[in-house]
Amino acid sequence: MTKEFAVPFHWRRFRERYQLIGSECIHCKKSFYPIRVICPSCRRSGHMKEIKFSGSGKVYSYTIIRAPPEGFKEYAPYIIAIIELDEGAKVLSQVVDCEPKDVKIGIRVKSCFRRIRSENETGLVLYGFKFKPVLGR
Amino acid sequence: MNNFKPVNFGNMKPAREVAVIGIGLTKFGEHWSMGLKELAVEAGVKAVEDAGISGQDLQLVVGGNMSGGLFAGQEHGAGLLADYLGLNPIPAIRTEGACCSGGLAVRVGYLAVASGMYDFVAVGGVEKMTDVYGPQAATALSGAMDYETEAYFGATFPGIYALIAKRHMHDFGTTRRQLSLVAVKNHSNAVHNPYAQYRKKITVEDVERSAMVADPLRLLDCSPITDGAVTIIIVPADIAKKYTDTPVYFKASAQASDTLSLFSRRSITTLDATMHAVREAYRQAKVSQKQINLAEVHDCFTIAEICAYEDLGFTQKGRGGKFIEDGESEIGGKIPVNTSGGLKAKGHPVGATGVAQIAEIVAQLRGDAGKRQVKKAEIGLAHNVGGSGATVTVHILSNKR
Amino acid sequence: MKVGIAGYGAYVPRWRIKSTNIAKVWGSDPQRLKTLLEEKSVPGQDEDTATMAVEAGLRALSVAGIDPQALGAIYVGSESHPYAVKPTASIVAEALGATPELTAADLEFACKAGTAGIQMCMGLVESRRIRYGLAIGSDTAQGRPGDELEYTAAAGAGAYIIGRENIIAEIEDTYSFTTDTPDFWRREGEDFPRHGGRFTGEPAYFKHTISASNGLLKKLGRTVNDYDYFVFHQPNAKFPLTAARMLGVPNEKVMPGLLVPRIGNTYSAATLIGLARVLDSAKPGDRILATSFGSGAGSDSFSIIVTKNINKIRRGETVEEMIKHGKYLDYAEYIKFRGKIKGVTA
Repeated sequence: MTKEFAVPFHWRRFRERYQLIGSECIHCKKSFYPIRVICPSCRRSGHMKEIKFSGSGKVYSYTIIRAPPEGFKEYAPYIIAIIELDEGAKVLSQVVDCEPKDVKIGIRVKSCFRRIRSENETGLVLYGFKFKPVLGR
Repeated sequence: MNNFKPVNFGNMKPAREVAVIGIGLTKFGEHWSMGLKELAVEAGVKAVEDAGISGQDLQLVVGGNMSGGLFAGQEHGAGLLADYLGLNPIPAIRTEGACCSGGLAVRVGYLAVASGMYDFVAVGGVEKMTDVYGPQAATALSGAMDYETEAYFGATFPGIYALIAKRHMHDFGTTRRQLSLVAVKNHSNAVHNPYAQYRKKITVEDVERSAMVADPLRLLDCSPITDGAVTIIIVPADIAKKYTDTPVYFKASAQASDTLSLFSRRSITTLDATMHAVREAYRQAKVSQKQINLAEVHDCFTIAEICAYEDLGFTQKGRGGKFIEDGESEIGGKIPVNTSGGLKAKGHPVGATGVAQIAEIVAQLRGDAGKRQVKKAEIGLAHNVGGSGATVTVHILSNKR
Repeated sequence: MKVGIAGYGAYVPRWRIKSTNIAKVWGSDPQRLKTLLEEKSVPGQDEDTATMAVEAGLRALSVAGIDPQALGAIYVGSESHPYAVKPTASIVAEALGATPELTAADLEFACKAGTAGIQMCMGLVESRRIRYGLAIGSDTAQGRPGDELEYTAAAGAGAYIIGRENIIAEIEDTYSFTTDTPDFWRREGEDFPRHGGRFTGEPAYFKHTISASNGLLKKLGRTVNDYDYFVFHQPNAKFPLTAARMLGVPNEKVMPGLLVPRIGNTYSAATLIGLARVLDSAKPGDRILATSFGSGAGSDSFSIIVTKNINKIRRGETVEEMIKHGKYLDYAEYIKFRGKIKGVTA
């Protein structure tokens, strides 16, 4: 049994996790994930608006999780990575549909919509973005 | 290239100097018969006895504890401490900053005495991690990450440091062997530390044969799950000599913050919060890294110690691997690091670690470190990190006023 | 006034299992199975009906070149929705960025739930209540271990955007044939379906597929010779070719839309993915007759004529490119992926 939260805890993040939406500061043009109210660079003199990222980026660092946390046991081993999106922001998620040996720092990836895990047998199904390597074209 | 931007924290100086007059530690390990209270009381009593004061002299107790709630169903650590230490009705404060909870306790206790408000303060840290099973302990520790953007997607705490290690190896050529040498050194040091959880030497082969946890980090690259508590007694420097012939003085107390998630950092191979905090600490103490005789750094994972050598200024960025390979951080080397055995071999009862680091520096500066003694040690540095670097404290102590 | 397909997309997961690997475990004759299919697709552990529907939907939106906010309806047909109660369609709508001004619902009619969604969208579009409707058939079908259906129950999704503007293929007409024929079913709370064995053939699949196809041809006053391609529901490799023979359709008109030997029976997506492959290489003026079949039972037949707009679209991956490479699992990995192992704790 993994710990569960009440519905709103995850529900309020559906849009940004389903569509890979973050924030862009109109003032300094930097982009961030997740959605932020205050710009880390400009603080209150910044102005944040929502940005839907294209989902394209490259692997900045990665590792293979072999000792999974609660709720992820059946998926191990799996690859997690910091992805540097084309827009400049970085995110963390899993890299899927490839072998660990195919992942290297610098490879290009594209986001996809996947199941993250299920909250036990009776809870919510949690979804979000993961990344797939893009074969060079 | 995104360069580190130093920040001026202001011209902070204490209203008066602060000294440590007593330390007390439980052994670190799996304590089946001791819960949170018993651990805290053992360390507290030892510290008060070591200081030669009465419990009645204490005016404030500050305790670091990361996650009493998730590990033992017990939040309100402040309430637990004041009560079971027999200190009611004096004030108690619990500090939390993930793995830096102990360092924050030291900060708050130091500020309380340095400000002139309190004369006798007990600063401690305690963590009871073995009352939950492995997966639940990992879940509790994963709260040190950014839950919604890191843990949500399946990252684990070792996984986050593995991301640092992978990039560090990519950018600087740090090797698997250099990581192993950190673990080997710390285990070797812990052989001479009666409080350490693991007091057996290990070899590079042992490390590299241990189970892979998150590539490239293996089991023996990771600090263990530990129960333990540590307490120090701090007083104004002017009265310290009434209680001990070997007071140890705070020369600096500094702290800085950085983004909660690793991916939001300016650079994932540098802990900017360490760099900010140590700059401020060197400024307060009026020293540079050259005057540091020994350091207790935050080796939650072997890669963290390598980064610490760099971020604390002991060596240049990228040369942390070479630093250990050249033996510079051994006892007898340029700056002995983690003579206690570090988090790796001494153990890492999360909330206690930051205070344990101070206790080791104090023992060394008193000349009480036995076979792990650094000869002629005068100035020591303690470096405590929360999470993947969102909270960092750096304290500098000296046996000279 | 024409209504038709403005965009289409398909998604098949990369994992496969060869039918011989299943046969080995259950002691079945691998030769007999070769007539059914070679291998089938298996959904990844982090894939389900919703994730595949989103993938196919994104591809359809890309082909149609429309803003997801222009969608007035989303219907997701499946027999393996992630929730028994809580729509897949709203998850898909949120993930595609189509919320909040739209109607949405989930459908179930075994393997024809996707085509039923197309008919519903046609109604809303033709009546001008909406500009574009998205109908998706998506399934991660489960077969009982050791049962015949385990060889063919596969995973995939097909998505069709129905509209009046810039359509790449007109749907000239649709005709359905529905009866209460329980050839295959699953009771609430059960993990695996049951089926009527040989009863699933003549009184079920063939009766409805043939009746619907002939019914549409009669309604339009046409014969099979007027059509260049035929796409039938494909529970195995034999049934659609037998249906073709019964209708007097030569095999070469069926083969382009026949994918079951390589990816298995993708249930609600089967006819839709077969149609997508035909559309990938169809030319303006080509006529396609597509007839789905859903157990329970019913068939929806569509007469489709490709327009010149098909040459203007930019497709991403074609169906052929997508299914060309697979990653093979053995039976143990397969049952772990499909959650068929008892006692696994989270």
